[in-house]
Amino acid sequence: MTAQPIHPHATGRITHDSSDYQLDSVDRRLINTLQIGFPICDEPYAAVASELDISETDLLERLQRLLHTGYLTRFGPFYHAERLGGGLTLAAMEIPAHDVERVTAAINRHAEVAHNYERDHALNLWFVVATEKPEHIDAVLTAIALESGYPVHNLPKQREFYVGLHFHA
Amino acid sequence: MLAFTSMPDPGQTETPVTLAQLDRQLILLTQDGLPLVPRPFDALATTLGVSADEVKARFERMLANGCIRRIGAAPNHYRLGYRANAMTVWDVDDARVMELGERIGALPYVSHCYLRPRIPSQWPYNLFAMIHGKNRADLDGYLTEMTALLGNARRASDLLLSTRILKKTGMRFSGGQ
Repeated sequence: MTAQPIHPHATGRITHDSSDYQLDSVDRRLINTLQIGFPICDEPYAAVASELDISETDLLERLQRLLHTGYLTRFGPFYHAERLGGGLTLAAMEIPAHDVERVTAAINRHAEVAHNYERDHALNLWFVVATEKPEHIDAVLTAIALESGYPVHNLPKQREFYVGLHFHA
Repeated sequence: MLAFTSMPDPGQTETPVTLAQLDRQLILLTQDGLPLVPRPFDALATTLGVSADEVKARFERMLANGCIRRIGAAPNHYRLGYRANAMTVWDVDDARVMELGERIGALPYVSHCYLRPRIPSQWPYNLFAMIHGKNRADLDGYLTEMTALLGNARRASDLLLSTRILKKTGMRFSGGQ
């Protein structure tokens, strides 16, 4: 059986526009509420709407608008890469200014690199590598070291104390 | 020498969960988001040719076993006015870092907090905490509070601001076996 996409225009990730839509107080309550959790039941949007004292239609319209205007980047399940059997690490490199662009290209061309940030430190390139299998992490980091000509420091988490993203709107 | 330094992972290994084919299909269908229709679990069930009760049970189980951290919204924190975001790093006494890491992670402005390996003679920091504020003055206040919390277990610390986002695509699950 081939899985059909479900209304691609109506899922939690939508291309952003450049709208300068301003949040109202209901939007703010909605953003704060939806960061905490979402019920698993037949009509979960109606359940959240009733909690916020708005209609289900209003809630769905607001949610679409918040995604479309870029106030929300995503709405849905947040999957745990390692628990699903994947590999994940943070890596850092010390790259002289004249070589940053070349090395950035060598890093970013790997699809397994999910995020890459330049930071104001001698170790100036920091990137996250996520792979389907944990043993593939080493292969990606080795390839980046060979292509760039610089050492790659692998800093896998040894303990996760907290992961959460609650921002008061 | 062209090599990368790799540190052993001494603790908290993640136990992967064996996923059924149906779980994988649900992950593929929802990694971009949950359907924005009144009955989202029914919509997924129809697509996969199973009952909505089965879909709801799968989500309940993936939440219970940690495959799903949560179901909900991710705000763009820049858009909400959190314009000062930094990676703080701390060299904390190994004997106390487990206890203190929990307390740093519990602070309301910390979004991620991890223990990571040091790099000999190059990187003395073992505790990483991402912090978020509306402006630099917020961050300075948070740093003062974190420094006080760590007390004499803190040997050194630094704050790394991001100067450029070079890539931000997020993780993708391809559904391969």
